[in-house]
Amino acid sequence: MANPETVIELHDVSKWYGPSFQVLKNCSLTVAKGEVVVICGPSGSGKSTLVKCVNALEPIQQGRISVTGVEVSAPKTNLPKLRARVGMVFQSFELFPHMTILENLCIGQRKVLGRSTAEAIVKAKALLERVGLTAQASKYPGQLSGGQQQRVAIARALAMDPVAMLFDEPTSALDPEMINEVLDVMVALTREGMTMMVVTHEMGFARKVADRIVFMDEGEIVEVGERGTFFDNPQTDRAKAFLSKILSH
Amino acid sequence: MVKGWNWDGFFDYLTNYYLFEGALVTLGLTVFAMTAGLVIGFVLAMMRLSRHKLLSGPAVFYIWVFRGTPLLVQLIIIYTGLPQLGIKFTVIESTLIGLAMCEGAYLAEILRAGITAVPSGQVNAARAIGMTEPQVMRYVIAPQALRIVIPPLGNSVNSVLKTTSIASIISMEELLRRTQVLIQERFLVLELFVVAALYYLAMTTVWDLIQRRIERRFGKAYGPISAGKH
Repeated sequence: MANPETVIELHDVSKWYGPSFQVLKNCSLTVAKGEVVVICGPSGSGKSTLVKCVNALEPIQQGRISVTGVEVSAPKTNLPKLRARVGMVFQSFELFPHMTILENLCIGQRKVLGRSTAEAIVKAKALLERVGLTAQASKYPGQLSGGQQQRVAIARALAMDPVAMLFDEPTSALDPEMINEVLDVMVALTREGMTMMVVTHEMGFARKVADRIVFMDEGEIVEVGERGTFFDNPQTDRAKAFLSKILSH
Repeated sequence: MVKGWNWDGFFDYLTNYYLFEGALVTLGLTVFAMTAGLVIGFVLAMMRLSRHKLLSGPAVFYIWVFRGTPLLVQLIIIYTGLPQLGIKFTVIESTLIGLAMCEGAYLAEILRAGITAVPSGQVNAARAIGMTEPQVMRYVIAPQALRIVIPPLGNSVNSVLKTTSIASIISMEELLRRTQVLIQERFLVLELFVVAALYYLAMTTVWDLIQRRIERRFGKAYGPISAGKH
């Protein structure tokens, strides 16, 4: 690894579904410690697939991905151990519906990190307070609103003390009035220096906190820009076309 | 000659200890068939869900054979047919083997349906926090699958309870067999079989009540608020 500050590194990553459909085409990207990278692009451009490759929820066929120097796709890599260090938040929350909110936050700490129940509960309660959901601790996910569920999901990922967080369209399944409560939690995270890769259509969020914007189209990383340059002066026609579509109203 | 209904005979048989014992045997066979069937069924379900043909192939074959032939035929083959090859089982052994193997095939399909009904996003979420595959199964898939399969499993218990009567054909002394034996006594066929029917009905009714309690217990995470969403 060239740079000791590098947390996530993708090098020339390609992925195919089946023999002929290529979803990722030679994608390379480096995310430094504390950096917030927002990935945007039209649907089907491969952005969700790209983040899912970082913690090997999706396998890749070509290229190299490493997280804090540990190569993700090496056959010897202990994937559960690696995944425990990378938090992930999904579009559809994916809280465990048969567990209470508190249990959702404790299960990974106890079974994966080997923390004691008491230790796990202390950590879980602190995180619930941080996302403003202390009162919901003993409820089940089905009793919470979408926005609340997604905040719990963020807390569940943070409970593992991750070195980086991956967000896969975290607000896309939410009713509009709930988007901000989730974005607020994410903005707070960026202030604390969390390393983040965020797939989102929330360009307001990107403008506010992203260090860099990655624009993807048809499985390729078309353009990578600082937030100012990307929004005000996109370099490629495809990025210009995309921005004009989503920023027009 | 019309004999009419004999109340004395009916009550005699209703309180007959020999029949009551037969009902207990029926109950025991049911518990055994479900327990052994669940173990066999879980192994078969996991094999069937495997990507390796060497595992899924035999499971598919087994389920095909045991669900595709009547238990009656299976029992006769085990008890009456196999001795021809020098393989001998007692009546009880034959009954237990037949019930467990046949039920295993049915339960395998129920369990498989339950496991595949858990959304793949749940598996991803469990993996993403670092769970190993056995942990994903134990803490995330199994509890959710269990809730899904409780109604069909309860249905199976009800069905097995009645199916055990088939073992009477190889002279297994369960409720139906003992009912038949008692006919020789006074030829009160209708009274005897109504008593047998009442025993079966009582057992399935009690099971119904138990099942409702179990469903309520496992459904507590899915209160009225989420009823429409899950």
